[in-house]
Amino acid sequence: MTKKISIVEKVHSANDQLAAENKQQLDQADLFSLNIMASPGAGKTSLIEKSLELLKSDYKIAAIDGDVATSIDADRAAEAGATAVQINTGGQCHIDAHMLRNALMELDLDQFDLLLVENVGNLICPASFKLGTDKNVLIASIPEGDDKPYKYPAMYQDVDALIINKIDLLPYVKFDMEYFQKGVQMLNPDLITFPVSCTTGEGIEAWVNWVSEHIKDKKVS
Amino acid sequence: MHELTITEQIADIAIRHGEENAAEKITDLYLVIGELSTVIDDSVKFYWDLITEDTICAGAKLHFQRIPALFHCLECGEEYQLVDGDLAPCPHCQSSKMEILQGKQFHLDSINIV
Repeated sequence: MTKKISIVEKVHSANDQLAAENKQQLDQADLFSLNIMASPGAGKTSLIEKSLELLKSDYKIAAIDGDVATSIDADRAAEAGATAVQINTGGQCHIDAHMLRNALMELDLDQFDLLLVENVGNLICPASFKLGTDKNVLIASIPEGDDKPYKYPAMYQDVDALIINKIDLLPYVKFDMEYFQKGVQMLNPDLITFPVSCTTGEGIEAWVNWVSEHIKDKKVS
Repeated sequence: MHELTITEQIADIAIRHGEENAAEKITDLYLVIGELSTVIDDSVKFYWDLITEDTICAGAKLHFQRIPALFHCLECGEEYQLVDGDLAPCPHCQSSKMEILQGKQFHLDSINIV
């Protein structure tokens, strides 16, 4: 005899549960954390390097780098002054909460003020897997084109800050900023946006100030 | 691209509820997928048989209910859907200020067991 069982459970509930546990751990350590997402080559590692340059004298910073293979990114973060942990996802297209939990075990969280999690370069999958970080940050870069919010809406919907990188290339690349920002506004009306160039350093200060304020807020709260 | 993980998660949830209800076998799964969630049913189906081979889910049929995306214009109050599969400004007043009413959900609604 067939019996119908009502469930109504989110498919991502197991990941969401682990993300909540990560969040709790990070909160207990008063550690402000960012999940940095972008397509490959948008400038995730470059942004981390630039941020470290300006923040490392004031704060102790850890970086967790997710990649399908190699430790190139973690090496770059370590070189720039962070305590770095590499996650190799073994082919998986995103970091999930379980992978982050394992990486957190390698760090003495109380020692740090800021945790930068560099997700795998991908504009689709990371959006579905919460990690438990305080803020989700998306980097868009000028050469990728102005249609990305329209093509990857899930990614733009749930982020807390947007960085538009490589603005130094605006004179050379066809990129309609108004069209891009209209797409962003549709998906995420009050999204805070930082136009920057990791090459020239333009705009980085505003971004770093935003991070710094959040680090301080977390210490106080 | 992450359908393997997703398929494993679906199987885990179904098996847990099946066992709680002393199921011998799970015959059907009813999934609800919003148009804005990035899940491809064909890929899930592809992995399903491989993943569930030796479980109480083996041979179970997957049913997908697609929920269309629905937007609410914050300027004029119009409710509208994707235009030709794409995100677009309000068809009534052209404003781009809107909120998403539905289309992001992705859950296992129910299962049939014997």
